[in-house]
Amino acid sequence: MPAVSKGDGMRGLAVFISDIRNCKSKEAEIKRINKELANIRSKFKGDKALDGYSKKKYVCKLLFIFLLGHDIDFGHMEAVNLLSSNKYTEKQIGYLFISVLVNSNSELIRLINNAIKNDLSSRNPTFMCLALHCIANVGSREMAEAFASEIPRILVAGDTMDSVKQSAALCLLRLYKTSPDLVLMGEWTSRVVHLLNDQHMGVVTAAISLITCLSQKNPDEFKTCVSLAVSRLSRIVSSASTDLQDYTYYFVPAPWLSCKLLRLLQCYPPPEDGAVKGRLVECLETILNKAQEPPKSKKVQHSNAKNAILFEAISLIIHYDSEPNLLVRACNQLGQFLQHRETNLRYLALESMCTLASSEFSHEAVKTHIETVINALKTERDVSVRQRAADLLYAMCDRSNAKQIVAEMLSYLETADYSIREEMVLKVAILAEKYAVDYSWYVDTILNLIRIAGDYVSEEVWYRVIQIVINRDDVQGYAAKTVFEALQAPACHENMVKVGGYILGEFGNLIAGDPRSSPLVQFNLLHSKFHLCSVPTRALLLSAYIKFINLFPETKATIQEVLRCDSQIRNSDVELQQRAVEYLKLSSIASTDVLATVLEEMPPFPERESSILAKLKKKKGPGAVSVTELEDSKREGGELNGGGDRGPDTASTPSPSADLLGIRSAAPVGAAPASAGSLLVDVFSEAGTTTTLPSSSLFWLLFVCKNNGVLFENQLLQIGIKSEYRQNLGRMYLFYGNKTSVQFASFTTTPQLNVQTKPVEPLVEGGAQIQQVLNIECLTDFSDAPLLNIKFRYGGALQNLTLKLPVTINKFFQPTEMTSSDFFQRWKQLSQPQQEAQKIFKANHSMDTEVLKAKLLGLGTALLDNVDPNPENYVCAGVIQTKGQQVGCLLRLEPNAQAQMYRLTLRCSKDSVSRRLCELLAEQF
Amino acid sequence: MFSLISSFQMQFMLLFSRQGKLRLQKWYVPLSDKEKKKITRELVQTVLARKPKMCSFLEWRDLKIVYKRYASLYFCCAIEDQDNELITLEIIHRYVELLDKYFGSVCELDIIFNFEKAYFILDEFLLGGEAQETSKKNVLKAIEQADLLQESFDEQLHSVLTTVTDTL
Repeated sequence: MPAVSKGDGMRGLAVFISDIRNCKSKEAEIKRINKELANIRSKFKGDKALDGYSKKKYVCKLLFIFLLGHDIDFGHMEAVNLLSSNKYTEKQIGYLFISVLVNSNSELIRLINNAIKNDLSSRNPTFMCLALHCIANVGSREMAEAFASEIPRILVAGDTMDSVKQSAALCLLRLYKTSPDLVLMGEWTSRVVHLLNDQHMGVVTAAISLITCLSQKNPDEFKTCVSLAVSRLSRIVSSASTDLQDYTYYFVPAPWLSCKLLRLLQCYPPPEDGAVKGRLVECLETILNKAQEPPKSKKVQHSNAKNAILFEAISLIIHYDSEPNLLVRACNQLGQFLQHRETNLRYLALESMCTLASSEFSHEAVKTHIETVINALKTERDVSVRQRAADLLYAMCDRSNAKQIVAEMLSYLETADYSIREEMVLKVAILAEKYAVDYSWYVDTILNLIRIAGDYVSEEVWYRVIQIVINRDDVQGYAAKTVFEALQAPACHENMVKVGGYILGEFGNLIAGDPRSSPLVQFNLLHSKFHLCSVPTRALLLSAYIKFINLFPETKATIQEVLRCDSQIRNSDVELQQRAVEYLKLSSIASTDVLATVLEEMPPFPERESSILAKLKKKKGPGAVSVTELEDSKREGGELNGGGDRGPDTASTPSPSADLLGIRSAAPVGAAPASAGSLLVDVFSEAGTTTTLPSSSLFWLLFVCKNNGVLFENQLLQIGIKSEYRQNLGRMYLFYGNKTSVQFASFTTTPQLNVQTKPVEPLVEGGAQIQQVLNIECLTDFSDAPLLNIKFRYGGALQNLTLKLPVTINKFFQPTEMTSSDFFQRWKQLSQPQQEAQKIFKANHSMDTEVLKAKLLGLGTALLDNVDPNPENYVCAGVIQTKGQQVGCLLRLEPNAQAQMYRLTLRCSKDSVSRRLCELLAEQF
Repeated sequence: MFSLISSFQMQFMLLFSRQGKLRLQKWYVPLSDKEKKKITRELVQTVLARKPKMCSFLEWRDLKIVYKRYASLYFCCAIEDQDNELITLEIIHRYVELLDKYFGSVCELDIIFNFEKAYFILDEFLLGGEAQETSKKNVLKAIEQADLLQESFDEQLHSVLTTVTDTL
């Protein structure tokens, strides 16, 4: 036992913990725990009423057992009993148990809420804090329902103790995150904002987290916080290191609060008021100046706290992206950190510089550090730091330094950690393509990639090199020569064989004049690799062979012999066998003309976004999406010439639209290259936020019952949408049209759930349109639509919009036809009160029968005739398909033409769906 | 897989020993027990595999991990992509200072035997993943007041009486 045993020593607990620690084996520990559990169970069940102390002790033991990693399925009731104890320690342990082992048992939640209610109204600050902590720890919807209206009152009341205010602010924040719909700030808004002026630094520190979160969602309502935050920051920054007493941390005044203030300001554009802006710039300058001053302490805590503020200030400077002077100073400061002896600082400097590299004001300044960054890539001992260095090189790359950076990244690849190779390969491939001045350099780079890190070269990368070679006739001869040379190596990677097979099959004729690479030599070289390759590669090689027969009639006999041999024509793999048989037949019966037509050179591919860029973006996406992506790319993989499921006829006569290489197809629109590829949006909805441009919400509503149209339009930009849904999947094409005659720079779009760390920077030319495809999967039912954030630069100004994507739950409807009796039988089955949602509302649009029918059909349900005894009424049925479950829905709409009113009733097997559909539809008629 | 609500806050904090034993866990986002166990297992392994002089931050799934070792204990926080790593490192340090001040030269055993106190102190300092009170004095004052409160309830008399039967 430790010497310290403050407050109440629970001897029994200490003995138990010692016992566990003395257990020599896992088995002994489990035995001891089971003995204890049996003991506690019998005590809880026993006839003798336990006193509060024993209850507390046993509940505490259960907690300890749980924290050891064992499941606890009883004791909740005893813990709840402790909540109403008038002894503080018993209450406290009760609350701790509830916080750690929360259980959504509704029976208990009601009891817990009762106890919390009592403590909140006790006016004893210690008890109030305990209750608030519990709400903040559990944060369930039930708690939000019970307390969301009470807590703002506690937060702003004049007589609330400071410590209670602090807990109330963060408690409210937690509830807002779980149930934003239940936390209505309305009348409290301005008083909450003014907490930034509170005398008590602790209150400000707690309140600012709440204000930041609320500002992100409702920037307009909270915008007065900007000037308050600036003046608070200014007071802190200019204070002496002792002014703030205990809020000074290792000689740094209020570091946590400073960081939070700077973070809050990042929710807003630069202040419009000149005086406020001047004051803020002064603060930022002071922070940058302080970084140059000698440290007030040698302790790492001092420099960490100081630099935490500095990095947050730099984030704000980057966010504003309008003060060239500050941007360059920030860059210089980070440059110093690049060589700092603290690994943490080097890491952060590399990370932060990555964002600076994308600003036009600081891009050049960042580039001056290239040597240091390359050195970091080579010498850093920690892989996470090397990763940052590689990221930064990628970000700072442009036409002027591309060759150097690509060369360095290639040589790093030879020794790079396995964990980051695939991403490195993608980045090298992208840079090589993006900044290629001469395409022979590009081809060399990609072939080097395959040579160095063949295993990590994904299909997208080698598809892409073929796509480019086919589209650029100036590089075809060089490519053929280079792959031919590369294939000479005794051991070459299978991906090299694929590229080689494809390119020689198309362009082998360009080097056939040289006797060292005569047709037969080429064929023998390829065929020498054949037996070492996997089935898909062999299939690709067979296609190359038939192309050889067309290109070089002199190879016909040799190749036919190969095709004819048993190992081909009777291959156990059906795809190989079929190819061998069909190619053999084709070569024997088709005339030269037919052969030449069928085996014509591949036509150029339509220009579209590089599939590897899409792949990199996907790699950076959130984990939630990755499974679908894998399936996706597997499916697409099959489309390649060498892939599994292609018959020989299509392999040899590709139509121009055959989607061989691009991962996402869709008719290209306009002349500009299509932008961002497919990003899978996870519709799982908890992350929903509600702020959108007001102008878009009307447009948005129109999409509930239709799938195509204009989602957004202003003077600059028009966004059109086409979408299609099948079961729980959907695909949405977004068309971004530049309505001006000026180019949009740095155009990026980010679906809210996709954390995209590296911005792509395509340009949208004046008058042009670009396209994006989103694949959508409905995981569960949801109410908030996913958001799409769009940023671009028009002239000098940064445009930033957030739109709600018109993805609503009804999009995943499958219509269900049923008879009248079936309908009413099911209607009756869905009779629990919460399964039904009903609304009576005034007609906002025409009540014409045809219009209504069109809307109901657009909704996605089946419109059932002759079901409702009243022919004026409409009934519909459908099933909503989500990944996890199917939700049956029945709908009845009763118009009253005289009163211009409707009554809408929904019954669904899931109550949240009824509610959501009812809300959505009430606005449609 | 798990996707997290996007707003700046700490996602969870874990304390574990050099042997990989979990000493304290605090979750600020709702996750199932199964997910919590999986995350804990993976993360403990990842962090323990790192060498002493390495950087205190690492990317893990779509989160950033900030960790620091104090004697035999690792303190490890998960924050989001845009969050401030250095200030999180100092959150850890302040928590260690609070424990140290309360227990008087805190060691791993103090946290094992008084785990409930470690939780109470953490709740006073961080609530819902955000700093609630960063002043050391104020946090300790709140905890000490609570300790006083319990002593006034005749608790000691009670424990003396029960000691005899309480040793199992």
